[in-house]
Amino acid sequence: MKTARFSIYRYDPDKDAKPYMQDYEVELSPTDVKLLDVIVKLKAMDDTLSFRRSCREGICGSDAMNINGKNGLACVTNVADLKQPIELRPLPGLPVIRDLIVDMTQFFKQYHSIKPYVINDTPPPERERLQSPEDREELDGLYECILCACCSTSCPSFWWNPDKFVGPAGLLAAYRFIADTRDEATNERLDNLEDPYRLFRCHSIMNCVDVCPKGLNPTKAIGKIKDLMVKRAV
Amino acid sequence: MVNRQVVGAHYGLKDWIIQRATAVIMLVYTAALILFLLAMPSGYEGWKLLFGQTWVKVLTQTTLIALFLHAWVGIRDLWMDYIKPVGVRLTMHTLTAVWLVSCFIYSLKVVWGL
Repeated sequence: MKTARFSIYRYDPDKDAKPYMQDYEVELSPTDVKLLDVIVKLKAMDDTLSFRRSCREGICGSDAMNINGKNGLACVTNVADLKQPIELRPLPGLPVIRDLIVDMTQFFKQYHSIKPYVINDTPPPERERLQSPEDREELDGLYECILCACCSTSCPSFWWNPDKFVGPAGLLAAYRFIADTRDEATNERLDNLEDPYRLFRCHSIMNCVDVCPKGLNPTKAIGKIKDLMVKRAV
Repeated sequence: MVNRQVVGAHYGLKDWIIQRATAVIMLVYTAALILFLLAMPSGYEGWKLLFGQTWVKVLTQTTLIALFLHAWVGIRDLWMDYIKPVGVRLTMHTLTAVWLVSCFIYSLKVVWGL
């Protein structure tokens, strides 16, 4: 039977003076395909190990963690593809609550700051606000974001200025509403982002694109926001 | 002063455009300079012949101004990324600006003094 070796970041602020790495070894059964399957098994062995998970199929975004140095979702990562010992750490740059669980407050604060909803003050039509198929296509590659925070927590600009830089996830969401033909607040949205910190801390290093488990491209969305600002200004 | 998080300075686009435009200017100048230097007789004579031309001086000065503006945006970005205390950051901004203005004045002497 195959085994998997782990080195996992452990920290319980109530007990531990500082974080440490704990080694585990677990036997893999044929049904242990994804990393999350194995971590759930580990949890049965050691119930003090803490992590978030919910849908276990890459939709809820709960089980984002740093896997062998790269952010990803445990539930969509094949355990067979990982170099052993598999090193698991919490998402970088956010305060650790316990083990692999981080405090996402700052991340969601930035997300809320871009007003992630359609703003439209015209009276709604009888049934719904319609879009042409072409207009709807503009939202592809934007609406799929599950807010797992893999991108923002792999971005050095977000590490240094999480309180001021919106971050790739927030900016992707911002462009999702700028690109929405049903939204009427494009100018206000651009005003809100035209700031040396909120938008222009992005130096296009594309760590976000590298890690996104949904294959989205925040850098491209950020580029489109900048394009619109240029279009508006010149 | 209350300790509140404030953002929303409403600038940044101009600097972003300047950084890109100046990068193109520097790239074109560097490529052209390499080609000219290869075509000219080597050594001091070739160098002097090339930089004796007024248009070469003008383009060189323009490129140097582009370099200083590019450096201003880039170095300021560094301070904004890494330096947290506002007083220290403002001091670094000021010192950078003073240094780059001094470089510009010296570049006038270098380019036009030949």
